[in-house]
Amino acid sequence: MELKDKLISSFLAFEEAFDLNSDIHELRTRSLKEFEQLGFPSKKEEAWKYTSLNSVLKPDYSVFPKKEDTIEYRDIKKYLIHDIDTYNLVFIDGIYSSHLSQTTHDKIDVCLMSSALSKSKYKPVIDNYFNKIVSKENGFTPLNTAFSKEGAFIHIHKNQLADKPIQIVNFATGNEAALMIQPRNLIVVDENAHVQIIERHQSLTNNPVLTNSVTEIYAAKRAIVDYYKIQNDRDTASLIDNTFVEQQEQSNCSMHTFSFGGKLTRNNLNFYQRGEHSDSTLKGITIIEDKQHVDHNTLVHHISPNCESHQDYKGIFAENSTGVFNGKVLVDKEAQKINAFQANNNILLDDKATINAKPQLEIFADDVKCSHGCTIGQLDQDSLFYLRSRGIPLKEAKALLMYAFANNVLESVKIPEIKKRINHEIAQKLGVSLGFDL
Amino acid sequence: MAYTEDDLKKELETKEYEYGFYTDIESDTFPIGLNEDVVRAISKKKEEPEWMTDWRLESYRAWEKMKEPEWANVRYKKPDFQAISYYSAPNKKPKYDSLDEVDPELRATFEKLGISMDEQKMLAGVAVDVVMDSVSVGTTFKKTLAEKGIIFCSISEAIREHPELVKKYLGTVVPQRDNFYAALNSAVFSDGSFCYIPKGVRCPMELSTYFRINQAGTGQFERTLLVADEDSYVSYLEGCTAPSRDENQLHAAVVELIALDGAEIKYSTVQNWYPGNKEGKGGVYNFVTKRGICEANAKISWTQVETGSAVTWKYPSCILKGDNSIGEFYSIAVTNNFQQADTGTKMIHLGKNTRSTIISKGISAGQSQNSYRGLVQINSRAENARNFSQCDSLLMGNKCGAHTFPYIEVKNKTAMVEHEATTSKIGEDQIFYCNQRGIPTEKAIALIVNGFSKEVLNKLPMEFAVEAQKLLEISLEGSVG
Repeated sequence: MELKDKLISSFLAFEEAFDLNSDIHELRTRSLKEFEQLGFPSKKEEAWKYTSLNSVLKPDYSVFPKKEDTIEYRDIKKYLIHDIDTYNLVFIDGIYSSHLSQTTHDKIDVCLMSSALSKSKYKPVIDNYFNKIVSKENGFTPLNTAFSKEGAFIHIHKNQLADKPIQIVNFATGNEAALMIQPRNLIVVDENAHVQIIERHQSLTNNPVLTNSVTEIYAAKRAIVDYYKIQNDRDTASLIDNTFVEQQEQSNCSMHTFSFGGKLTRNNLNFYQRGEHSDSTLKGITIIEDKQHVDHNTLVHHISPNCESHQDYKGIFAENSTGVFNGKVLVDKEAQKINAFQANNNILLDDKATINAKPQLEIFADDVKCSHGCTIGQLDQDSLFYLRSRGIPLKEAKALLMYAFANNVLESVKIPEIKKRINHEIAQKLGVSLGFDL
Repeated sequence: MAYTEDDLKKELETKEYEYGFYTDIESDTFPIGLNEDVVRAISKKKEEPEWMTDWRLESYRAWEKMKEPEWANVRYKKPDFQAISYYSAPNKKPKYDSLDEVDPELRATFEKLGISMDEQKMLAGVAVDVVMDSVSVGTTFKKTLAEKGIIFCSISEAIREHPELVKKYLGTVVPQRDNFYAALNSAVFSDGSFCYIPKGVRCPMELSTYFRINQAGTGQFERTLLVADEDSYVSYLEGCTAPSRDENQLHAAVVELIALDGAEIKYSTVQNWYPGNKEGKGGVYNFVTKRGICEANAKISWTQVETGSAVTWKYPSCILKGDNSIGEFYSIAVTNNFQQADTGTKMIHLGKNTRSTIISKGISAGQSQNSYRGLVQINSRAENARNFSQCDSLLMGNKCGAHTFPYIEVKNKTAMVEHEATTSKIGEDQIFYCNQRGIPTEKAIALIVNGFSKEVLNKLPMEFAVEAQKLLEISLEGSVG
């Protein structure tokens, strides 16, 4: 049976097992209909021109995993940022694992989507924010809404500061031959509040996994959101990540995406600037090899005047890997005095590697400064020669140059442990140890 | 009172099309509609051999099955292809050796355009092949060209007199089934130019064809085929103005350039067809397919100044097939009032050490929409390919839009591709700087717009640069000094 039909037919069973809130029930049914109409996107659609889902949709994914909680902390420790104190939300095969997690309701709410959807205490927040800014351009988001059940619910109240970073980690155990997980996260950051979040999806075995994740982030007046996505999964795991960020006046949101692995990774990242003087940062480092495929699809929609956005994506592609960058800056007629920058730099290391870039500007306001730059090239031979003439071996010299290439994305990372972790992963990726941090 | 940007905007909006006039020449026009019989009739009218008729019919059959493309960032009322007359030719087909014999009314037309043939003949040394309503009415300098072995004539003449060349190259760069409008053009093209430069010959003068759409209700389907044989050089100019008319006119031309080993082709266009009035009524639909193929060490350079047409949909492209070949694209697109332009280029790198440069300047005013859409494709065998692209947009007023849709596809690690784009308005500080130095605002804007487009204007041949300036004036009067 095709995955689409399977999902549609299993929807009824899903609803019967989990119909707790009539509002959500209606939304789910509506979303399923939308998915039924849209289906999975094909290469004929402009936004999916360079990314084919055929091989990803092929396995017979199980939609309802059996609950079998066998993971110990020592198995997953290395996937967590464990050297600092954090709140943890750990999900195993899409199911919350209480003994691996650490939540709180003290001043800030760091808890579960399932309880937020069922408890009346959270109803106002759910009513105000749940599923309000998602786009319906492709079937993935409605599909996630139809099956939305579990995920992270984070609410930082007015004038509060999340005292520790929050980690959201999804593990796939491989208990199923093939598994599809659909996490749903909602993050609401009230006025003057501040939060740091780290998100990761990790498969523990080589059984195929398809993750269709949707995250909604709301930043109120003067809120600061600092979000990191670490994507370094196995070659059998694919991720479709849909993130939507809405910003109010003077808010500051930054999103760093580190893509180092996975069969296919698609990041649909959408920023909507609704308040004046808001600032958005979208940065990413992609280093992949083999037949891996990473697709960054970004949208920054400037709706209000006097805002800024900065995009900086770096990619290093080896062997048969494919990189896609599809960035769009949209400036509305009313959004005057906008500064929008977009940069995309890529290095191809091998003959079979491919990069497809499509940086777009759509501008309807005249008093703006918008620019984009896109380059594709290779490591500079002169620089390599310079380093080698000073006794640095070729491999290390190459690694040094690649470090330097990716460095300005790392500069804006505010959690030192993440910087260290990413440095470590880059070094591992390049197979060298330079013995220093950038 | 100081001249401000608002004044300029007002002036731009109210500026009527200066070259809108209509020459009353009796035309031999086909009834409207399109079917196989019409295609046959066109072919017969032009006394074409059978293979050509078959070629047209093949294209027509392919066209029938195709759908009109909708992906471009333009909105317009689709033309009714059955409401167009597909053939129109001036009645008295003159064959003159000197200008004096030319119909005085026709000559007056050219004088109004400011391209007096006498003047051009004497001063510029340009051979002008005047295409008026699709049929070539006068070719000058043919003799000088003939001495060098250069063939420069209308395409219908070429089909009759040089069938071997036409047969060999026609449709090799833009196949009949390439796209909807190319197929339509292949079926019904009425006339156009053919040019062949023999081996090792450097064409001594700029070749130029003046296109004009003259007859109400006739779409122009020009077909240009330009072949530069090994190690030859040619510079070709194409310029257009059209009379003011309320009805939308369709123009679907096809231009094919073939640069064989070591050849160089420079193709310059100035397009100033009727853009519609300030309510967005009328104007020409310009859907053009232009493409060139470069063999080893060859070079093709496209330069265009687009100021007219209600809807423009045009991507002059280069296929860099041979090793060490070079493709260039320089463009200025000015849109005003309700004009829409979706233009850009495609650079397909197939050979080793191929290079391409793209410089695109867009100026939008009024309520117009101006898009750049380009593709740079480096294929896996194109070692050491190099591309540099730059797209700058200038916005005047907040009712217009500027869009950039570049596609970059790279499959070779040795490739170096750079793309940059900026969008801005004329800076207040720039104007202030000029004012400080005693330059009035009007002049300052002129200076800035001029500077903005200079990179492209510089690429035009001398004779054409003057004219391009003139045409920019019509679109942005008061801003170009």
